[in-house]
Amino acid sequence: MIIGQAFAWVVDPTNYGGPDGVQARLWEHVWISLLAVLIASVIAVPIGYLIGHTGRARGLAIALSGGIRALPTLGVLTLFGLLLGVNLQAPLLALVILAVPSVLAGAYAGIESVEPVTVDAARAQGMTGWQILTRVEIPLGLPLLIGGIRAAVLQVVATATLAAYVGAGGLGGYVFLGLKTQDYAMMLGASILVIALAIAFEIVFSVLQRAVVPAGVAERSTRRHPGSRERTRTPLPEGTPS
Amino acid sequence: MITAPKLRAGIAAAVALGVAAALSGCASSSPLDSGASSSSDSKTIVIGSQAYYSNEIIAELYAQVLEKDGFTVKRNYQIGQREVYLPQLQKGAIDVMPEYSGNLLQYYDKNATAKSESDIASALEKALPKGLRALDAAEATDQDSYTVTKEFSEQNDVTSLSDLSKVKETLTVGANSENQTRPYGPKGLKSVYGVTVQSKAIEDSGGALTVKALKDGTVQLADIYTADPSIKANDFVTLKDPKNLIVAQNVTPVVSDKVDDKAAADIDKVSKVLTTDALIELNTKSTVDKEKSSEIAKAFLQEEGLL
Repeated sequence: MIIGQAFAWVVDPTNYGGPDGVQARLWEHVWISLLAVLIASVIAVPIGYLIGHTGRARGLAIALSGGIRALPTLGVLTLFGLLLGVNLQAPLLALVILAVPSVLAGAYAGIESVEPVTVDAARAQGMTGWQILTRVEIPLGLPLLIGGIRAAVLQVVATATLAAYVGAGGLGGYVFLGLKTQDYAMMLGASILVIALAIAFEIVFSVLQRAVVPAGVAERSTRRHPGSRERTRTPLPEGTPS
Repeated sequence: MITAPKLRAGIAAAVALGVAAALSGCASSSPLDSGASSSSDSKTIVIGSQAYYSNEIIAELYAQVLEKDGFTVKRNYQIGQREVYLPQLQKGAIDVMPEYSGNLLQYYDKNATAKSESDIASALEKALPKGLRALDAAEATDQDSYTVTKEFSEQNDVTSLSDLSKVKETLTVGANSENQTRPYGPKGLKSVYGVTVQSKAIEDSGGALTVKALKDGTVQLADIYTADPSIKANDFVTLKDPKNLIVAQNVTPVVSDKVDDKAAADIDKVSKVLTTDALIELNTKSTVDKEKSSEIAKAFLQEEGLL
């Protein structure tokens, strides 16, 4: 069976050494994926916070990030490859573009998820806008941000197989090689590794996502006040981010 | 701010677009579904092609000369891989395929050693399964090559693979990753020509990205198909292969029993005029001028007096 052969390929120690070995490729794959998500976060998180905090340009951001999401990554990759040559930059840029919408959505949705009463309470305490953002909105929105990053990582790890298309290595090399040489066990084996990598990241991020929930929120969400929803529906005239 | 109904309409539009794209994808993805049944009609000749624009143009050449001679032709183009279409040819669902001699031989005889044009032609006769035969090969080849820039060729005085061993700088080959496992890959270069090369996998089969890498100097050698218009367009130099490291890939029509002598004679007419230069010209019309394969074929056949 092809599945059995694929798993045999995955555990075969002779595949692991050398510059084309699984270890090297796996590392390349992890490295380019995490770097792409990191760059995407540096770009998207401040913008997302700005949108979430001010409530401005939200429609534009949704439309833009939705549009970007629809870009076929292989096309973007080829385009950048033709502009920048075959190297790490082209796939990295393509993956950053893939990751930005999810991170952006996580960032502004995180801020928006903070209940208006909480923001109003913070303002009533005399907090400045900056303090509200850094001490109230960001900590409370962190789980959603991590959720966005988690989604981005999942997409990027799966799509980073395309890096091999322009000679940037990663596990995708085995997929292309397997396809062209009818070595389907290798192709499927590499896919299994990508899946395993994605699952590993999922586990790490789901733990992280739970860990960043502020203690007060975690407690409250387990025993909800019956009246809490009612109160959020009657926001005070000012301080309603809309 | 986008209101909920607007957002919903937007989402609906996006979904509709996606579905439309998926449907149009389906329509072209499995050409065999429609072709297999109707080919039982004994008078219709079914012509297939690989999912490769140049192959489709050649198929269209066959199709138009056959139609001119009164045959009913059914076109079943863009069928993808050899593993898919050759079994269909054996089953009789397809009657004519434009093929490449070396690869065709190696598909049926994994241990084939023939490398030159004539050796392959005679080996093919024995290797093809019952019911299939290869007609005369055209002069045109569309095969892997090691190609360099003109500057590289002049600076290092290199026009043949035999000249490469005297080049001092590190040589990197840009090619599909499979190049590394093929007999003509780095190992073959070492054993036949004594050249040590490194590999850079670029998976677009000698397409625009490979060309870019060669022009940038990211790679010094690139595996570009000999009939690719980019070689002429960029003044590249394809290195000669005096020791036949690379298996010859002459354009060869492979046909089923349903192709009688009259039809075979028609296809032969095409093969006789199909030189590599002619093939490059045909390919250029497709990749550069974006003409349709039917128009390209028609113009060429009229020029050659076959239509």
